[in-house]
Amino acid sequence: MTSAIEIRGLHKYFGDLEVLRGIDFQVAMGEVVCVLGPSGSGKSTLLRCVNRLEEPTSGTILIEGEDITDPDTDADAVRRRIGIVFQRFNLFNHLTVMENVTIAQRKVLGRSKGEAERIGLENLEKVGVEEKAGDFPRRLSGGQQQRVAIARALSMEPDMMLFDEATSALDPELVGEVLGVMRTLAEEGMTMLVVTHEIGFAKGVADRVVFMDEGVVVEEGPPGKVLVDPDQERTRTFLRMVLEGE
Amino acid sequence: MEGTRGSPPFVMLSLVLNWWRELSKRRRVRIWRGVSYVLFVVLAVAFLLAIDWARVIDTMFRPEIVADQFPDILLIAAKNTIIYTILGFIGGLVLGLVFALMRLSQSAPFRWAAATYIDVVRGIPLLVWILLIGLGVPIALGIRIPTTFGPGALALSLVMGAYMAETIRAGIEAVDRGQMEAARSLGMSYSKAMIWIILPQAFRLMIPPLTNEFILLLKDTSLVSAIGVTVTTKELTRWGRDGVIHSANATPLVVAGLVYLLLTIPMTRFVSRLEKKVAKSK
Ligand SMILES: Nc1ncnc2c1ncn2[C@@H]1O[C@H](COP(=O)(O)OP(=O)(O)O)[C@@H](O)[C@H]1O
Ligand SMILES: [Mg+2]
Repeated sequence: MTSAIEIRGLHKYFGDLEVLRGIDFQVAMGEVVCVLGPSGSGKSTLLRCVNRLEEPTSGTILIEGEDITDPDTDADAVRRRIGIVFQRFNLFNHLTVMENVTIAQRKVLGRSKGEAERIGLENLEKVGVEEKAGDFPRRLSGGQQQRVAIARALSMEPDMMLFDEATSALDPELVGEVLGVMRTLAEEGMTMLVVTHEIGFAKGVADRVVFMDEGVVVEEGPPGKVLVDPDQERTRTFLRMVLEGE
Repeated sequence: MEGTRGSPPFVMLSLVLNWWRELSKRRRVRIWRGVSYVLFVVLAVAFLLAIDWARVIDTMFRPEIVADQFPDILLIAAKNTIIYTILGFIGGLVLGLVFALMRLSQSAPFRWAAATYIDVVRGIPLLVWILLIGLGVPIALGIRIPTTFGPGALALSLVMGAYMAETIRAGIEAVDRGQMEAARSLGMSYSKAMIWIILPQAFRLMIPPLTNEFILLLKDTSLVSAIGVTVTTKELTRWGRDGVIHSANATPLVVAGLVYLLLTIPMTRFVSRLEKKVAKSK
């Protein structure tokens, strides 16, 4: 079976700074992979390369077998199949919650207003913010905003979802509601690549964990191994630091 | 010299100085303020008394000439000023948007072309552009710009376009980068993201500066008076100037000035209210 995401020899430079220094790994269809690593290790850059918000300097990324690093591929079409949720929500501030989840359906997929709102409402219900449909984002709590952002991405009916520290900007008491939604998605079989510092979530939900540091994959494997008894000293140090912080 | 030490003026002065030194800072500030009010009133009264009011009114504000201006100064001149302003503003907005997007383009030739346009247009006075388009172009190219408002409105649009391009660009750049990324990540093309996500937010941020530019433009339409006009296309300044020549009296120009104020002051107030609101919401 073709992988959902396959990354081969990925390098990314910002000027002279080599942020990704040869990344190789795969995410199978329906698999949930959590990426852990210290701040600045290149996790966000990796996710952003996967949906071409950044151009990789070299290497190959295959999405469902299609090489998206080929300059001829239509980046907009690739992004339509990949949902991404950002650390800072990035809801459209001038649009209501319902408009947030329908605008791309209508302008990109050409769905009618009625159909887009039906699908949008389904997804708002799924993340539990349907009663906020008429409000503007700034009226919502961080947790609610992030759940709307998830509903917005889901409304495009993507084949896979990327999460970039989706709970890092939230007050501690709001983290659980967002992780709950992500857990539900994982249980429904969504292919997910999740950058997170939530060790508990990774342990409970991930099929596989990837530990990154300084632009390389240091270690990967099942959560029961990497998060409990890692082979690499760097992984161990990182885990100790994260667990102390909690 | 010894003798002056004990002299009454010297004693008085040193008494005052001592008194002043011993005052608290707050009292000193209050006394200073009182003194400056008194000085202001004295100077104002002196000024008003020094003026020959009968003569001023006779040459600058003669009631029967004032009455003569109305209602045409409003129905023709003010209306034309507003028409020039609106045409120039809309033209400037369209051109400004085009040049702003070119400035932000990925492609270098677009960026250079827009930057050159903006620099060249802003580096030459508006009056020169108006004369060039109103007088130079018809001679040089042998084309007459159609419609009576055409040359003036065209010159104003071209110049406003260059100024507004920078305002619009600043507005677009003030929208959080995450908004564009979120839009693109949903599969929107750059132009769809611009139209549906970025520009609506940018224009909200631009309302105060654009209103300011509208006011500046309204006053700058007076320069259109430098090129030929017919009776029905006179704007306020031309109206006032022709009135002065016609009546050998400055009253028409004064009235024109007052009509400008009537238009600009409410807008200025509006902008400062908007700016306060924007500052608060931050
Ligand atoms: N657009 C950019 N330009 C220059 N440097 C960048 C850019 N984005 C990220 N970096 C740098 O790349 C490195 C990795 O960043 P990032 O991928 O955000 O790491 P992480 O998400 O793991 O914290 C950091 O040193 C960061 O400063
Ligand atoms: Mg990051």
